[in-house]
Amino acid sequence: MGKAIGQAIKRKEDPRLITGQAKYLDDIQLPGMVHAAVLRSPYAHAKINSIDTSEAESLPGVVGVFTGKDFADLNPLPCAWQAGGVNNNANTPRTLEIDKVTFTGAGVAVVVAESRYIAEDALALIHVDYEVLPVVVDAKKATEPGAPQLHENAPNNICMEWSCGDEAATDQALADADVVIKQSLRNQRLIPTPMEPRGAIGVFSPVAEDYTVYMTSQAPHVMRLLMTAFVFGIPENKLRCISPQVGGGFGAKIFLYPEYCMVAAVSKKLGGLPVKWMETRRENYIATTHGRDHVTEFEVAAKNDGTITGLKVETYANLGGTLSTIAGGIPTTLYGRLLSGVYKFPNIYCKVYGTYTNTGMVDAYRGAGRPEASYLVERAIDLVAQKLNMDPAEVRRVNYIPPEAFPYAPASNILNGLKYDSGEYEGALNKALELVDYKNLRQEQAAAREAGRLMGIGFSSYVEICGVAPSAWIGLNGEGWGAGLWESANVRVHLTGQVVVTTGSQSHGQGHETTMAQIAADLLGMDVADVRVEHSDTLGTPFGYGTYGSRSAAVGGVAIHNSVQKIIEKAKKIGAHMLEAAPEDVTFEDGKVFVKGSPDKAKTIQEVALAAAVAYDLPEGTEPFLDDTTYYDPPNCTYPFGTHVCIVEVDKDTGHVAIKRYLAVDDVGKKINPLIVDGQIHGGVVQGLAQGLWEGAVYDDNGQLVSGSLMDYALPKAHFLPMIETDSTETPSPVNPLGIKGAGEAGTIASAQAVVNAVVDALAPYGITHLDMPLTSQKVWEAIHSSGNGRE
Amino acid sequence: MYPAKFDYYRAASVQEAIQLLQDHEDAKLLAGGHSLIPAMKLRLAQPPAIIDIGRIAELKGVSHDNGSIKIGALTVHADVAASNVLKSNCPLLAEAASNVGDRQVRHKGTIGGNIAHADPASDMPAAILALGGTIHLIGPSGSRQVAAADFFIDLLATDLHEDELLTAIEVPAQSGKTGSCYLKFEHPASGYAVCGAAAVVTLNDDGACAGASLCFNGVTATPHNASAVTDALVGQALDDAAIDKAVDANLSISDPMGDMHASGPYRIELAKTFAKRALKLARDRA
Ligand SMILES: Cc1cc2nc3c(=O)[nH]c(=O)nc-3n(C[C@H](O)[C@H](O)[C@H](O)COP(=O)(O)OP(=O)(O)OC[C@H]3O[C@@H](n4cnc5c(N)ncnc54)[C@H](O)[C@@H]3O)c2cc1C
Repeated sequence: MGKAIGQAIKRKEDPRLITGQAKYLDDIQLPGMVHAAVLRSPYAHAKINSIDTSEAESLPGVVGVFTGKDFADLNPLPCAWQAGGVNNNANTPRTLEIDKVTFTGAGVAVVVAESRYIAEDALALIHVDYEVLPVVVDAKKATEPGAPQLHENAPNNICMEWSCGDEAATDQALADADVVIKQSLRNQRLIPTPMEPRGAIGVFSPVAEDYTVYMTSQAPHVMRLLMTAFVFGIPENKLRCISPQVGGGFGAKIFLYPEYCMVAAVSKKLGGLPVKWMETRRENYIATTHGRDHVTEFEVAAKNDGTITGLKVETYANLGGTLSTIAGGIPTTLYGRLLSGVYKFPNIYCKVYGTYTNTGMVDAYRGAGRPEASYLVERAIDLVAQKLNMDPAEVRRVNYIPPEAFPYAPASNILNGLKYDSGEYEGALNKALELVDYKNLRQEQAAAREAGRLMGIGFSSYVEICGVAPSAWIGLNGEGWGAGLWESANVRVHLTGQVVVTTGSQSHGQGHETTMAQIAADLLGMDVADVRVEHSDTLGTPFGYGTYGSRSAAVGGVAIHNSVQKIIEKAKKIGAHMLEAAPEDVTFEDGKVFVKGSPDKAKTIQEVALAAAVAYDLPEGTEPFLDDTTYYDPPNCTYPFGTHVCIVEVDKDTGHVAIKRYLAVDDVGKKINPLIVDGQIHGGVVQGLAQGLWEGAVYDDNGQLVSGSLMDYALPKAHFLPMIETDSTETPSPVNPLGIKGAGEAGTIASAQAVVNAVVDALAPYGITHLDMPLTSQKVWEAIHSSGNGRE
Repeated sequence: MYPAKFDYYRAASVQEAIQLLQDHEDAKLLAGGHSLIPAMKLRLAQPPAIIDIGRIAELKGVSHDNGSIKIGALTVHADVAASNVLKSNCPLLAEAASNVGDRQVRHKGTIGGNIAHADPASDMPAAILALGGTIHLIGPSGSRQVAAADFFIDLLATDLHEDELLTAIEVPAQSGKTGSCYLKFEHPASGYAVCGAAAVVTLNDDGACAGASLCFNGVTATPHNASAVTDALVGQALDDAAIDKAVDANLSISDPMGDMHASGPYRIELAKTFAKRALKLARDRA
């Protein structure tokens, strides 16, 4: 490899981001633009009897008021990933709901006005006659007899029942085990909270009869596909989607939302006036998707030496009032199939019920299913350690999949044919133990306990499915994903020697413009500054599936690699011609074509590009220009892993948990840019720690979101956290030629259980074995004081 | 996020502000705007007019006169926290102000607005109550003074009349062997106080307690004065055990507030812990 991959260079996009020059959706002003505000249901479950919009329409400045009936010709939004291999009783949102609502915040009408202020005023003048219905918000209670029924086609509110693994063998393992531990747990609902809320601008052209929609999307190509083919029923070429600078997504901006369709449809009704809708934070909390929300019971079986012999899991996954775009795949494929973790569990079985409740839609949120699986597995390991009075690091050690077992197919075929690519799990643990000086740490802990202080040490060893792909595996015949999942890249070397890379993936904070330039520059032997990465507009970029599932580098990056390789082959041919040599005699190294053994007489890639572009003298049958497009569908996912260690101290008197130290040892395969990897790990770790200690979306019994603002929803702040320490091991992935595994979600997948395990470890003297997240001060305090020996 | 329509007036003087309040029914005064504007953006407050008093210079600053310190209502938290006059003569107020929100909030929010708004979770009310402060008000019929103990009536409700302006907060300068402490248990989401404890302890030459006060915010709808605790301390040698005992035996709080992060009963437990910690630190600083 060349000199650019592996460099910790600063991000090319940062100067415009940190100087405020970047144009986010709300910065876009179009001539004649009008502003939309959505009337949202104040009730979690209700029939809509009628809507009277006349008063709102007569407010000066109002341009139009529309209800669901005005868009009855549009299809409901599609659910593109339903649980694979089973029946799904799908119910999806409409552009605006017509006769019923199943969660607080569902859109029922829209006002368009000369200003957003007027539109907001007019919302108060719309009169909706609701018939309020009983409400259920809990994923499991929704399936119990007598629960309110949300959808006719989903008896007992069950959308789907899905399972993986081997139930009979797992039951047998439970029966034969030395110890079996049964635990129920909740993986609470979270609100993704990107810095920039969602927004969209729709522009219909009455002349061309086509649409342009600007939207805050992680996957503009997929949005175009879903909107045209499924909702509007128009040819795909009648819509252009543009995702300008997007300020964070964390999964919540993958999906097709009603408002994106609404702005387009309203613009058409208004003869082509551009219509802007920008979400408020309040809307972001009630109407954008949430993540997690599992109610789980599991049993883990082990031998007395700590070897785990079986894991049986039953989960009720809350999907919300209607299905979001890929809601079905998250608690199934991306959860159940990960339940072997980094361990050679010989028997696994997982049953999942996806249920409807009167709550906001639940879909992928950073990690998406994998944090839930990883949390469960790592809690199970600690429960076994505690029960057997073993060191939790040792229980991990005895159960790890050994390096020689790769490629490794987790037991009970829970990964449905795929195999973990590569791993050195004990290596990451050993490094972590050494870096925290584990032996000493336990002595410190003993001394702290002696002195009446509650110190705890928590581990998390994780593996994630990254680079989510093989179309044939994840697609309709396998895991139920309603399309392919390859990625595209176009690479062009222009006449001036400048390179343009266009990718079908989309950057909303990941740094594609830097890392993807590094890949192309490295292979072409050029400066990173000479490579420009373009993305996020369906005009001018090849179709791609977008950015999520830590796949932009491991799938999209490899597409760039492959295109560059093909360009290099062509450059060699043209270079040989220029050098008057036979193509088989030349080589390409360090940005130059030369005859093997004579590097001093070389043609640079820039010189070759010029020759290719002007095309005065090309070898017989060679097309002009250095340009190639690749569609890369990998043979497997990639499997980053690592071990994190968290050290906490619990204040006995208040229950407050202070994170004293946090160390992440991650193996993301080959790193393209270590600085960006570190950034991804830091951010991910914080999101996981926040789930562990602070964040939690709470609905009351009426389906009102109690944690409906940042005054109530505890997003972490910098001063809650210690300096995060990062280190790594590097086990290249054999799946792709770059050895990349992916890094976007690792931190989140690892960290919640690290802090929970640490707190439970701190509280072990009180006989506490488990607490459900978030471990709020009150919860910890109550656990101490109801343990019977809290008050000295 | 999009407030309802309102008219905007800016007052150049206290007199003009009072006049504007009379001229515009249901108008609201705007100081730092860090409580009022969020409420307007959520349309929880929809005043037809706001009267901006933010540039009235005479209401800004800290002055020390004859054992008494006056803080102009428009003094921002950052200036209260940084005031040398306060740091030397009434460090409790500076310490409480340094606990308000974040840097931006402290540079916009004012002490007068904080007191007038009377958010039960605010940091300033308990400190002012613990110091035995006085609130200065002015209205069409002249000015008046109200003891902090009488000023806070209920959740977001005070003795401030609709046609009045809060002009200053007055607190006594600290004297003798006195120490004070403000401790805050931060709400993980809002950053406001789940429980804030303000303690003042004065010692005799022999080290016994000559006087003390202890007040809380965040626990009850109005700042809570735990006078039973401090009454029990007067005359005592203030060792840790005496403080613990006085708190355990005498701290009694009814009607605590609660939310999804901290229930009422839990806040009372926090108050006990913070009472002990704040009193001990105040003692150590005396
Ligand atoms: C993100 C954030 C975090 C915060 N965190 C904290 C915290 O941790 N602790 C804390 O204590 N506070 C906190 N605050 C509140 C902050 O201290 C406010 O600034 C303060 O409560 C109100 O002061 P203001 O000058 O902004 O008042 P404004 O918002 O301008 O006014 C508030 C109310 O008081 C009235 N008013 C203001 N001045 C006068 C006056 N002179 N006479 C009569 N009436 C008046 C107004 O009419 C209005 O009703 C926070 C605020 C924000 C936005």
